[in-house]
Amino acid sequence: MADGDIPKMDHPLDIPCLKHGAMEGLKPFQAAPEHQEKLGFPGELVPDWKERALEKMAELAEKNRAFQVYLDTCVKCGACTDKCHYFLGTGDPKNMPVARQDLLRSVYRRYFTFAGKYFPQLVGARDLTEEVLAEWYSYYHQCSECRRCSVFCPYGIDTAEITMAAREIMDSIGVGQKYSNEIIGKVKDIGNNLGLNPKALRATLEDLEEDLEDDTGISVRLPLDEQGADILLVTPSADFFAEPHIDGLLGYAKVFHEAGVSWTLSSYASEAANFGLFIGSYENMREIALRIRKAAQDLGVKRIIFGECGHAWRVAYSYLNTLAGPWDFLDPDYPVPQHILEFTWAEIQKGTLTLDKSRNDHIRLTYHDSCNVARASRMGDEPGGQFEIPRNVIRAVCNHYFDMPDETIREATLCCGGGGGLLTDDLMELRQKGASPRMTALQQTTEDHGVTHMAAICAICKTQFSKVMPAFGYEMDSVVSVHQLVSNAIILTGQDTGKDAFEEGTE
Amino acid sequence: MLSVIYALLFWAATAVLVAGLAARIRKYARTPAPLKIPTTPAPTTQGGVVLRMLREVVLFESLFKSNKWIWLFGWTFHMAMWLVLLRHLRYFVVDIPWWLAFVQPFGTYAGFAMLAGLAGLWARRFLVERIRYISSPSDHLMLALLVMIVGSGLMMRFVAHTDIVAVKVFMLGLMRLRIETLPSDPVLLVHLGGVAALMIVFPVSKLLHAPGLFFSPSRNQVDNPREQRHLAPWAAKLEGARDG
Repeated sequence: MADGDIPKMDHPLDIPCLKHGAMEGLKPFQAAPEHQEKLGFPGELVPDWKERALEKMAELAEKNRAFQVYLDTCVKCGACTDKCHYFLGTGDPKNMPVARQDLLRSVYRRYFTFAGKYFPQLVGARDLTEEVLAEWYSYYHQCSECRRCSVFCPYGIDTAEITMAAREIMDSIGVGQKYSNEIIGKVKDIGNNLGLNPKALRATLEDLEEDLEDDTGISVRLPLDEQGADILLVTPSADFFAEPHIDGLLGYAKVFHEAGVSWTLSSYASEAANFGLFIGSYENMREIALRIRKAAQDLGVKRIIFGECGHAWRVAYSYLNTLAGPWDFLDPDYPVPQHILEFTWAEIQKGTLTLDKSRNDHIRLTYHDSCNVARASRMGDEPGGQFEIPRNVIRAVCNHYFDMPDETIREATLCCGGGGGLLTDDLMELRQKGASPRMTALQQTTEDHGVTHMAAICAICKTQFSKVMPAFGYEMDSVVSVHQLVSNAIILTGQDTGKDAFEEGTE
Repeated sequence: MLSVIYALLFWAATAVLVAGLAARIRKYARTPAPLKIPTTPAPTTQGGVVLRMLREVVLFESLFKSNKWIWLFGWTFHMAMWLVLLRHLRYFVVDIPWWLAFVQPFGTYAGFAMLAGLAGLWARRFLVERIRYISSPSDHLMLALLVMIVGSGLMMRFVAHTDIVAVKVFMLGLMRLRIETLPSDPVLLVHLGGVAALMIVFPVSKLLHAPGLFFSPSRNQVDNPREQRHLAPWAAKLEGARDG
């Protein structure tokens, strides 16, 4: 895509004029039959798809209060219409949250409500046709399930719930998305999104241990499948290979090392991400979550800690107890699960870490609140801890920190543009346009404060930003892991702090 | 004849409203929320949730965050509506308590605020491109119906007075299942017809936002998933074959 297609925004929340049908043609690749069947879905579009889609819709309305209530309560007030980053970036009216919901609500009304059955034109109800299905496939894969609209809806209607339901309905009739469904299959087969087998994972971790020792002169371990360790670390598999994720992983290892705790990764549950969330499949999400339960039981750990990942933390914080609890076999003195930032912040407060903030002086930093962490989870004991704890840790390791404009952070944070199962090359145009509100906010902060880098605590955010940032005038490595900054600043016990031992950034 | 038609209409409308709403509320209440999905930051206690709901219901907190114009018109309309409804209680009780007498002038002028709020909301449906796009005919009709009710009400109060004593007798009669004589002023008939229509469409229209808000999981759930296990009955059935 040419850079010229990226909308030029003066302000991150500039409302575009409507561009009807602007994103109509965009469809991600469809899942192959083998990927569908592995998840318990039909391989391809079933002949009686219409009946089965409506049956599924009725089933979901009975099983999920949110779906039922949200379909009924919208009054079309318009409060959400300018809240979606994909609408701001594309101008396509069907990317306005209420319009996106209406793609499905119109069908629900036609078949399940009095008004829609007898006065369809009056209430905008319509038949379920192949055109409608195509529209669903396109626009329900232009929602990153980030919940920004739900913050601003007077009834809390969450488009993510409708998107998830729509994807589940489509999966149930054999129309799935390749990216998400293929990845879920890999987790079921191998244990992580990447398909990294235990042997390869072990080799990767050993390489990293060597790098760490070369850098610091200290032997810092990255243990795998270690029986009897106290802590099971579950982290997104991107932390094992992608930049800047991997630098975050080194940060976790250093913190654990300095805290003097025993910990381990698991090759069986080597993935924090849970794409079952994205496709709205309780069963698939549960199956993936249960791998963590099994790993914790097999390894005999006492605590579970999650690495930096947005939707993974949502599933972990909000759902893990539901899906794979109760956790009565773990140490009751700690919440289950904990976020790595909760752990690190506690260690900083205890004073166990020796930190030299000046080691991050080459960076002028801002912080991107990841959507699922911001609006679907918490850290610490207080509401809003998910905003404060990352900032507290950042301020403890970094001298130059500046927030982006208020209306684009914390609960009003803008999605990176690649969440919710959209982090795939076949949706690159959408990802770039969807990132433009966030990028515009960043550019403003660069102008105002000379910010050079943006930290994130989500594997998807990090990958998405490193891919799209060059189109907005930033280097790929302008996005950093929060624990990468921790890693930079931390001085390990016994580490030679001479200039030679430290090199800018972490390679 | 007219009195009979209106009496039957109101009894039917009341039955539809009560039965329809009860059925809908029962459905919402019985449908489980399988997962914890409060929009965070969310209260960590039940008391906090009550406060959050109260702020939503009384102040329209989320709408205020979202859009000041919609908030201004929407909030004005709804709050004025409560005052107007309160004022109308006088037609349904024999003796008027002091506070109901006190509220009369406020309720009267609130009618204008209601009309102003409605006008603002309706204007947005025409003037704002995004809202024009999402508006269905029913959205306009609902506003038209409300304007009709409020307009006719104000007409009777300030222009073409009706025999409100007779109206009160008629209403009290309805409540005792008796049909008294209803004045046949056209404005009154429009007013009462509109109200009956509103009652009838309530359970099958977007007016369900009123009960719906209280059942919205993103607003009414406590943020305590780590402390308390949340499990829907249908999800509990999946647990049988676990930890084998």
